[in-house]
Amino acid sequence: MAEPMVRAEAVHKRYGLVEVLKGITLQVAPREVMCLLGPSGSGKSTFLRCVNHLEKINSGRLYVDGALVGYEERGGRLHELPEREVCRRRTEIGMVFQRFNLFPHMTAFENVAVAPVLVKKEPKAEAERRAQALLQRVGLSTKVDAYPNQLSGGQQQRVAIARALAMQPKLMLFDEPTSALDPELVGEVLDVMRGLAEEGMTMIVVTHEIGFAREVGDTLVFMDEGVVVEQGAPREVIANPQHERTKAFLSKVL
Amino acid sequence: MTIESDEGHRPDEIRAVPLRHPGRWAATAALLVLAAMLVHDAVTNPRFGWGAVGTYFFASPVVSGVEKTLELTFIAMVVGVVLGVVFAVMRLSPNPILSGAAWLYIWFFRGTPVYVQLLFWYVISALQPTISLGIPFGPEFVTWSSNSLVTPLVAAILGFGLNEGAYYAEIVRAGILAVDHGQFEAAQSLGMRRPALMRRIVLPQAMRVIVPPTGNETISMLKTTSLAVAVTYPELFDQAQNIATRTYEVIPLYIMASFWYLLMTTVLTFGQFYIERYYARGSSYSLPLTPIQRIRRNLTTLRRIPFSPSTAGDS
Repeated sequence: MAEPMVRAEAVHKRYGLVEVLKGITLQVAPREVMCLLGPSGSGKSTFLRCVNHLEKINSGRLYVDGALVGYEERGGRLHELPEREVCRRRTEIGMVFQRFNLFPHMTAFENVAVAPVLVKKEPKAEAERRAQALLQRVGLSTKVDAYPNQLSGGQQQRVAIARALAMQPKLMLFDEPTSALDPELVGEVLDVMRGLAEEGMTMIVVTHEIGFAREVGDTLVFMDEGVVVEQGAPREVIANPQHERTKAFLSKVL
Repeated sequence: MTIESDEGHRPDEIRAVPLRHPGRWAATAALLVLAAMLVHDAVTNPRFGWGAVGTYFFASPVVSGVEKTLELTFIAMVVGVVLGVVFAVMRLSPNPILSGAAWLYIWFFRGTPVYVQLLFWYVISALQPTISLGIPFGPEFVTWSSNSLVTPLVAAILGFGLNEGAYYAEIVRAGILAVDHGQFEAAQSLGMRRPALMRRIVLPQAMRVIVPPTGNETISMLKTTSLAVAVTYPELFDQAQNIATRTYEVIPLYIMASFWYLLMTTVLTFGQFYIERYYARGSSYSLPLTPIQRIRRNLTTLRRIPFSPSTAGDS
């Protein structure tokens, strides 16, 4: 079997005395789209942030593409990675945030083109050509020179997706990408994500969009209070949940 | 529910009797009396020495003092801004040594009077007669005498610049902390390291918070440079003092110096207004009008039909 893109083994995360993740074990295969579902406070977003080391885990093991996240194992001990290495690995993981977090002082084009030049030292012409292509791909070729505050929420989120894709990541993390959008704007963002999934991008999507999880997701993971309650093929979990908590949650959101 | 169409039945414009403000009239009268007293005194009291104020206003030592004041203000602000940015970024660094060092610097230079710091630099040769480059506790390669190195200008720059750096670091720190945390995360998730993240993402956004107090600090610095009298640097106030001790025309020269300071700070105030306007671009609130725009608007739209309140509430 191929090496999974993400492998979590009994991942625990504490904030002070509060344990947010209480032993998460799961795997995401290459080209797989995994949707994380669950009530707020269940640890979905925290898990996502652990995957690109925005948060440090307290115990367990977390691997991305076969390599430990944030550490290196030598002589039976874990060694913290230097910032340079942590940052290099982050370039391989794209992240899209609930609140878009576009850089407000840069145009859509600059938002997409800045990191490849600054971080990966790509030639400017190359990065700009790709930025143009990516903005066209997310349907914003006419908004290249717009500043984020001149764009709708849906447009901003599409720019944010293009910005993450500009680094040519092998894994994309979506943290409730449509939760801050007006209902009529959700579709345009989900369409872009659907397109990505069809092209074979490996994705972990924290979402409340049950329809998206059912149609695009390969696996659905239901989390509650820091543990994985249930996982499986989305259609089965949604149609026939095995656990009371999953049933209760689905009955509220469906 | 029915929606009635009022077309053709627009109600009359409201023409209410304006509210009276007797308090304003009383205050105006009191202020006018005070102003009249001041003007009367200024005109009839010969000790103001208006003639001398005029005579010395453009005297060559005074003009050269004005130039030196502007020069010192500029250099001290540049030193202060550079140090302030460096120490603010250090202060927020995850490295405890860096943030501790920045804390110490700010604590010391903000906690002692600028006048004392200024004099300290002036008499530094009493503490360290020579300054050398070399290996610590080992041989020295180059040696200077402190007196030749720390001239009055250098003492003034060190005194004002280091002090300003401590204050400015706190202004920059506030600006950095005002940047949304999501911006840091977005930049980190793209693999940006701290220096790039600060320079390209955070500091440009912190500018909107940093610029207004910078204007304030510059105006404050311009006036504070008058303390350079203490280190015998021939700036405006030092020159005014020199003439005053020679001619005994103390009051006229203090008035003359005050007018110069007022003139320079007024020019800076206008500059500040336009710089703030520049950095407020792209923010959600509307820009304040420039004085010219305000005059033009008052001339062209003396009376505009008010915005209908029933549509103003919708969003």
